[in-house]
Amino acid sequence: MNSEPNPIDTYPHWWRLLFGRFTLESLPLHEPIVVVTFVAVAIGGLAVLGLITRYKLWGVLWRDWFTSVDHKKIGIMYMVLGLVMLLRGFADAVLMRSQQAIAHGGSDGFLPPHHYDQIFTAHGVIMIFFVAMPLVTGLMNYVVPLQIGARDVAFPFLNNFSFWMTTGGVVLTMMSLFIGEFAATGWLAYPPLSNIAYSPSVGVDYYIWALQIAGVGTTLSGVNLIATIVKMRAPGMSMMKMPVFAWTSLCTNVLIVASFPVLGAVLALLTLDRYVGTNFFTNDLGGNPMMYVNLIWIWGHPEVYILVLPAFGIFSEVTSTFSGKRLFGYASMVYATVVITILSYLVWLHHFFTMGSGASVNSFFGITTMIISIPTGAKIFNWLFTMYRGRIRFDLPMMWTVAFMLTFVIGGMTGVLLAVPPADFVLHNSLFLIAHFHNVIIGGVLFGLFAGIYYWWPKAFGFRLDPFWGKVSFWCWVVGFWVAFMPLYILGLMGVTRRMNAFPGTEYQPLFVIAAFGAALIACGIAAMIIQIAVSILRREQLADLTGDPWGGRTLEWATSSPPPAYNFAFTPMVHDGDAWWDMKNRGYKRPLEGYKSIHMPKNTGAGVIISAIATAFGIAMVWHVWWLAVISFVGVIAATIIHTFNYDRDYYIPADEVTRTEDERTRALARTTSPAVA
Amino acid sequence: MSARAPASDGAHSGSVHVEVTHDHHEAGHGSRKDYVTGFVLSVILTAIPFWLVMAEVFTDPRVTSFVIMAFAVVQIVVHMVYFLHMNARSEGGWTMMALIFTLVVVIIALSGSLWVMYHLNTNMMPMSPGDMRNMP
Amino acid sequence: MAQAQTVTASDAELHFYVAEEHGHAEGGTMLGFWLYLMSDCLIFAILFATYGVLGRSYAAGPSGADLFDLKLVAVNTSMLLFSSITYGFAMLEMEKGDQRMTQRWLAITGAFGLCFIGLELYEFAHLIHEGATPQRSAFLSSFFTLVGTHGLHVTFGLIWLVTLMVQVHQRGLIPANRRRLLCLSMFWHFLDVIWIGVFTFVYLMGSLK
Repeated sequence: MNSEPNPIDTYPHWWRLLFGRFTLESLPLHEPIVVVTFVAVAIGGLAVLGLITRYKLWGVLWRDWFTSVDHKKIGIMYMVLGLVMLLRGFADAVLMRSQQAIAHGGSDGFLPPHHYDQIFTAHGVIMIFFVAMPLVTGLMNYVVPLQIGARDVAFPFLNNFSFWMTTGGVVLTMMSLFIGEFAATGWLAYPPLSNIAYSPSVGVDYYIWALQIAGVGTTLSGVNLIATIVKMRAPGMSMMKMPVFAWTSLCTNVLIVASFPVLGAVLALLTLDRYVGTNFFTNDLGGNPMMYVNLIWIWGHPEVYILVLPAFGIFSEVTSTFSGKRLFGYASMVYATVVITILSYLVWLHHFFTMGSGASVNSFFGITTMIISIPTGAKIFNWLFTMYRGRIRFDLPMMWTVAFMLTFVIGGMTGVLLAVPPADFVLHNSLFLIAHFHNVIIGGVLFGLFAGIYYWWPKAFGFRLDPFWGKVSFWCWVVGFWVAFMPLYILGLMGVTRRMNAFPGTEYQPLFVIAAFGAALIACGIAAMIIQIAVSILRREQLADLTGDPWGGRTLEWATSSPPPAYNFAFTPMVHDGDAWWDMKNRGYKRPLEGYKSIHMPKNTGAGVIISAIATAFGIAMVWHVWWLAVISFVGVIAATIIHTFNYDRDYYIPADEVTRTEDERTRALARTTSPAVA
Repeated sequence: MSARAPASDGAHSGSVHVEVTHDHHEAGHGSRKDYVTGFVLSVILTAIPFWLVMAEVFTDPRVTSFVIMAFAVVQIVVHMVYFLHMNARSEGGWTMMALIFTLVVVIIALSGSLWVMYHLNTNMMPMSPGDMRNMP
Repeated sequence: MAQAQTVTASDAELHFYVAEEHGHAEGGTMLGFWLYLMSDCLIFAILFATYGVLGRSYAAGPSGADLFDLKLVAVNTSMLLFSSITYGFAMLEMEKGDQRMTQRWLAITGAFGLCFIGLELYEFAHLIHEGATPQRSAFLSSFFTLVGTHGLHVTFGLIWLVTLMVQVHQRGLIPANRRRLLCLSMFWHFLDVIWIGVFTFVYLMGSLK
C-alpha cells in the first residue's frame, strides 16, 4: 500500500544479508515525540544501570533475582514488570486523551494518524498482555503457594523461564517504539488490515512475535500453577477448604492453559500468511478474514475472565479479612467461579455480532452472554453479605474493594446491554464499548490488583504502605476513572466510534476535554502511588510489621513471617478449616520453637534467562528478516533447552542450622511486638 | 473442576506426593497384553475406514464419512485406554478431569467455528456467477 | 504419608503442622505434562477447525480427491502405529530395568518415526512439485499447516528421543530418566491420537467425492 520507494532498495546486498530489512530510516528520527521519549528513557535507563554498577548490585541481581526459582521473587519481578509497563501503557493513554481533546473542528492535533494508530494498538496490547497479565500472574505466583502451605511451585525452573519469556515479549514491544514501528491495526490485529498486503512493515511482526513469545511463558506458567494447586496443597486442605483466591487462581490457570494455545495457533496462521504467503485470512484464493476474528475471540473472551477471576479472588480475601467474618457463601463462590470458567467459552461471538452470522447465531451468543452475568452477580451478593453486620475496617485494600463493587456493577450492566444483539448493532465499535470494557477492566481487574498489592505488600516486604498517600492515590484514581469514562459512554451513545484521530466538528470537544481531565486525575493517582511507595520505603521502620499478620488475616500466608523465608514454612502446616490461619489462631496454635529439619529446595539456574534471551533474539531476527540470526537462534533455543536437560543437579538442602537461625530471629522479632499487631 | 473429587484425600492430601510416585508406575505402563490388544484393535480400526473409502463401499459419501468418523472416535478411545493408559483413578482423577474439560473446549471451538462460519457464508452476498445461480 | 498419620489430635503441639519433611515433590511432572498435552491438543483443535472451515475453499485449484494418495497415507499410518507399539515395548523393558532392550526398542521407534517423516516430506515435495503449494488455496494452506504441524511435532519427538537415548546411555534408567521416558511416551501416543484425526478428517474424508 506504500507508494513511496522502499529505503531498503538503496542499501547494498551485504547490508541486507546482515541486517535484513533494517535500515537507518527505520529509526523514527523524524518523530519528535518518539525522539524525546527515547532520550528520556535512555537517560533514565543509563542512570539506573549506572546506579546498579556503582553499588555493585549486578551480582546480587543475577544471583538472587534473575536466576532465582523462588516463587516469591519471581512474583515480585512480575509485579515490577507489570507496574513499569503500566507507566508505558498509561503514557499512551495520556497521548490519546490529549489528541482527542485537541483535534476538533479542523485541528489535526499533534499526532498524525499513522502514529496515533500505533499508540492505541500499543496501549491495548501493553495494558492487557504486559500490565494486567504480569500483575495477575505475579500475585498468583507470590500468594498461591503460601496460601496452600507449599514451599514452592510444582516446576520452579519453568516458573523462572515463564517470567523471562514474558519479559522477552516486553522487550520486543518496547523495542518497536524506538526501532521501526508497532502495529497500527488495533490490539487484535484483524486481517485483512494486518495482512502483508496492507501492513507490509515491521509493526505487525513485532506484535506477532511479542505475543507469541510472551504467550509461551504464560501457558507454561498456567500449567505450573495448576499442577501446584492440585498437587501441593498442605495436608488436610481439601479442595473445598482452599482459600477462594487459590480457587480463582486455579480456574484462571485452567483458562490460560485452555485458551492461550488458541492465541498461539491463530497468530501462527497469521504469521504464515505474512511470511509464507498462505491464504488463511486473505481476501483471495479462498481465504477468510472473518475466521481470524472468530478464532482470536475464542481466546479473547476467556482472556477477560483470566484477568478478572483472580481479582474476584482478591476481593473475597479482602472482604472477609476486613469484615472480620468468614466469607459468606463460600461454596456458591466456588461454584460461581467454575461456572464462569466454563461459560466463558460460550460467549465469544458477542464481540462480533455485526459480522453477519444471522439471527440464530447472534441470539444464542446473546443469551449465553446474559447468563454469564448470573454467577457474577451472585458473587457481588456474597461480598455484600460478608460485609453485612461485619466489623468493617476501611483500610486501603477494603477501600479499593468497595470502589470496585460500585464501579464494576455499572460496567457489568453496560455489558449486559451490549449483549443484546440489536443494541450492539448500534453500539458496536463505539466509545460506549470502550467505556464499558474500561469500566470492567479498570473497575474490576485493576482495582482488584491494587487491593491485592496493598493487601499483600506487607507480606512481601515486611512493612505496610503509607495510608495517607494511598488515600490520595485512591481518590484520584476512582474520581479520575469516573470523570474519564462517563463522557465516553455519552459520546458512544451520540455515535462516536473508537480509534478516531480527529473530528471535523466541535460538538464533541467538551466531553473529550472532560475525559482528558479525568485522565489527568488518574495521572495524579499514579504519581501519588509512586510517592506512596517511595515514602513507605523511607518510613519502613515506622510502618514495619513484625508479626507477619498485620491485618488479622485468615489464610495460611499470614502464618509465616513477613517477608517469608525462602522455604515459606519451617514445618508444613496441617489444615483443619477453610480459614486455616484463623482457625489456628482461635484454637491456640503455638509456633514450634525447635526440632527444625533441613529443607529440600530447588536450586537457582540461569537457564531460563539464557533460553528466553535466545528466543527474544529469534523474535527480533524474524521481525527484521535477518534470516541467519533466525536460524542460529532457533537452533540455539533447542540446543540450550537440550543442554539444560543434561543438568540433573537441580536441588539442595537448606541445612537445619540455617532454618534454626532464621526461625530464632523470627521468634525474637515476635517477642518485640509489644504493641497490638493490628493498627 | 468438580469440587468433590479430591475431598476424599482430605486429611491425607499431604501424602499425595509419595503416593503419586506409585501411581505413575501403574499409570505409566500397561502390560504387554494391553499394548498388543491396543495395537491389534487399532490396526483393525484403521484398516476398515481406509478400505471403506478406497473401495467405495457405500455409494453415499455422507454415510461413509459418518461411519469413518465413528471409527475414528472408537480408535481414539482405544489409544487413550491401551496406549495412554487413561483411567479415572490416575493422579486422583485429575488427568481424566483435564481431558474431559479439554474435550468440551475442543468440541465448543470446533463445532462453534463451523456453525458460526457456515452461517456467515450463507448470509454473505454471492461473490461469483456460480454462487448467484445457487442462491436460495 | 506415614508422618502425617503419626500426628494425632491429642498431641496439641503437633496438631497444626507436619513435624517431618516429606521432600520436594516431583510428583507433579506427569500431571503437568498431561496439562501441556491438553494445551497442545487445543492448538490442533484450532488447526482442525481452520481446516473444517477452509477445507473446501479450493479457489478453482485441486481438491483433496485430486491430490491425496491414500496408499501412501496408509503406509504412513502404519509407520506411526508400529512406532507406537514399539515405544510400548520400550516402556515394558524399562519397567523390567533392561537398559539394553529399552534402548533397542527406542531406536526401532525412532526408525519408524523417521520413515514417517520421510514419507510425509516425500508427499509434500510431490504436491508442491505438482503446483499444489500451500499458497495455492485456503484448502492447501490449511492442509499443509495441519499435517505439517503434526509432522513438526513428530520431528521434535525424534530429537527428544535421541536426547533421551543419550541420557539413558550416560546415566542408566534412573528415576529422572524413567520419568522423562514416560513423558515422551505420552507425547508419542498423543501424536498418534492426533494422527487418527488427521487421516480420518483430512485424508479419508477429503478423498470422498
